[in-house]
Amino acid sequence: MTNLIDIKGVTHAYKTENGPLPVLENLNISVPEGDFCAVVGPSGCGKSTLTRLIAGLMKPDEGEVWLHGERVTSPRSTVGMAFQNPVLLEWRTILDNVLLPLEIVPNSMSKRQKQDRARDLLALVGLEGFEDKRPSELSGGMRQRASLCRSIVHKPDVLIMDEPFGALDAFTREDLWQTMHRLRAEEPFTGVLITHDLRESVYLADEVIVLSGRPATTQHVENVKLSGRTDLEVIYTQEATDILHRLRHQIEVAQGRAPEVAQ
Amino acid sequence: MKHWKKVATPTLAIIAFLAFWEFIVWFNNWPNYKMASPSDLIPAYGKYWNLFLIYGWQTLWRTVVGLIVAVIFGTLIGMIMGFSRAMRDALYPLLVGFNAIPKATVVPVIALIFIGQHDFNTILIAFMISFFPISVAVSIGLSTLEPEYRDILRSLGASKWTIFWKIALPKTLPEFFGALKVSVTLAFIGTNLMEIVEPHGRGLGHLFDSGKINADYPLMFAVLIALAFLGIVLYYIVVALEKIFAGWAERPQG
Ligand SMILES: Nc1ncnc2c1ncn2[C@@H]1O[C@H](COP(=O)(O)OP(=O)(O)O)[C@@H](O)[C@H]1O
Ligand SMILES: [Mg+2]
Repeated sequence: MTNLIDIKGVTHAYKTENGPLPVLENLNISVPEGDFCAVVGPSGCGKSTLTRLIAGLMKPDEGEVWLHGERVTSPRSTVGMAFQNPVLLEWRTILDNVLLPLEIVPNSMSKRQKQDRARDLLALVGLEGFEDKRPSELSGGMRQRASLCRSIVHKPDVLIMDEPFGALDAFTREDLWQTMHRLRAEEPFTGVLITHDLRESVYLADEVIVLSGRPATTQHVENVKLSGRTDLEVIYTQEATDILHRLRHQIEVAQGRAPEVAQ
Repeated sequence: MKHWKKVATPTLAIIAFLAFWEFIVWFNNWPNYKMASPSDLIPAYGKYWNLFLIYGWQTLWRTVVGLIVAVIFGTLIGMIMGFSRAMRDALYPLLVGFNAIPKATVVPVIALIFIGQHDFNTILIAFMISFFPISVAVSIGLSTLEPEYRDILRSLGASKWTIFWKIALPKTLPEFFGALKVSVTLAFIGTNLMEIVEPHGRGLGHLFDSGKINADYPLMFAVLIALAFLGIVLYYIVVALEKIFAGWAERPQG
C-alpha cells in the first residue's frame, strides 16, 4: 500500500515579537491511502499548524509534505478541511453551503449533478429535509454535520479535521463518530483527525500519533485495528481499554508529567 | 409582528408626537416666533407647496449623490484598511482627525475653492460628512473575519478575489448597512449645512434661510419637518435594501 500523506522531517517556527517560536521539530508522519490517522498531543503543541502545512496553507521552514506522490507547495483542491467551528456561511442555505467547494474547484459536474451529490451527502449524515434551512436554524451538531458534508463534497483525497467535535456535548459527539464511520464506508478519503479525546481517536482511527509537547515531534505511534468493528460498544472491549491506557500514558509523558521509561 | 402593526406602530408614535407638540405650544401659550405648532405648519405647506417640491428635490438628489460617493469611497478606504494592517495603522489617525474637524468650518473653504459650483460643493460636503462610518464599518467587518473562513476557501485554491466576493463582502454587509443608516442622516446634515451657511438659492436650506430673513417662523419649522420627512424616507429605503441584501442576519425574536 502506498502512502497518501508523507510528512518528512518537517520543522517549523513562527516568527513572533519575542523571536522565533519553534512549533514543529523534525516531524515524520506517513498515512497509507484510505487510512484514518488521529493526532493527539498537549494543547498548543502545534497540531493546528500541522493541518495548515498538510493543506498547503503554509510552507514548512524545513522538510517536505507530500500528498499522493506530489510535493505540497500551495493549497490544492484535493484536500477537504473541517474545523471545530463549522464556519458555515449564514447567508446561504445548508444546501448552498455544502455546494460552496464545487463553485471553486474546477469540475465537470452539471448543476443538477452537484445538487444531487450535495443532497446525497446531507441525507447520509441525517440532514435530509434541512437543505433549505439557514445555519442559524440548526443545532451545533447539525451544523457540524453540514460542515463535514461541505468538506468532502468535492471528493477530496484527504480530509483534514481539526478538533471537529471538540465543541459538542458527549452524546452528540458519539452520534457524530458513528456518522463519521458511515461517511468513511461511502467515501474513499484518507483522514487526518486532530483531537484531544483519546476515546474518539481509538474509535475512529487506524493509527494514533502522539505528539510531544512544543516543539512537537512524533513521540509515539499506536496502531489501532479494532477487528473492523464500528459499533460504539467496541470502545469498552479489553483491547480498546489497553490501547487507551497506553495512549493515556504517552500523553502524560508528552505533558512532562510522567517519565518515559515507566509503563 | 403582523404586517399592519409594522405601519401602525410608527404612525401612532408620530401622531402622538404631533399631538404632544401641539399641546405644549397651546399650554404654554407660546407665540409663533418662539415655537410654531403643527397646526401652523399646514398653511405654510399650503402656501409654498411648489417651493417645497422644487427645493426638496434639490436637497434630496444632492444628498443621495453625496451618499453614493460616500458609499463608494468609504467602501474602498474600508477595504484598504480591512485587508492591510499597515494601511489601517497609517490611515486611522488621518481619518479620525479629518472626521473631528467641524464641517461648518470646512464649508466656507470649500465654497471659496470651488466658487460658484453649488451642486458640486453641496455634494462634496454631504460626502465628506458621511463616508467615515462606512469606512470604519467595512474595515472592521473585513479585519474581524475569522481565519477559518478564509482557510476554508484558500485550502480549495480560491483566489483572493473569490474569497472577498464569496465570504468577506457578504459577511460585512450587516455592519455596512448599520453604518449606512447613520450616514443617511449625516449626509442630510451635510447638504443643509452648505445650503444654509453658504446660501446660493437652492435646496430646503435656502427655504429655511428665507424663512428666517422674513421672520416666517412657521415656514422655518415646516422646512425642518420636511427635512425630517426626507430623512425618514431615505432611511427606510436603506432598511428595505438591508432586508434584501442582509436579511439573513436578522434573527427571529423569541
Ligand atoms: N500565526 C501564528 N503566529 C505566531 N504564533 C502562532 C501562530 N499560530 C499559532 N501560534 C503558536 O504556535 C503554537 C502552536 O499552535 P497550534 O498549532 O495552534 O497548536 P495546537 O493546535 O496544537 O493547540 C501555539 O503556542 C500558538 O500560540
Ligand atoms: Mg489547535
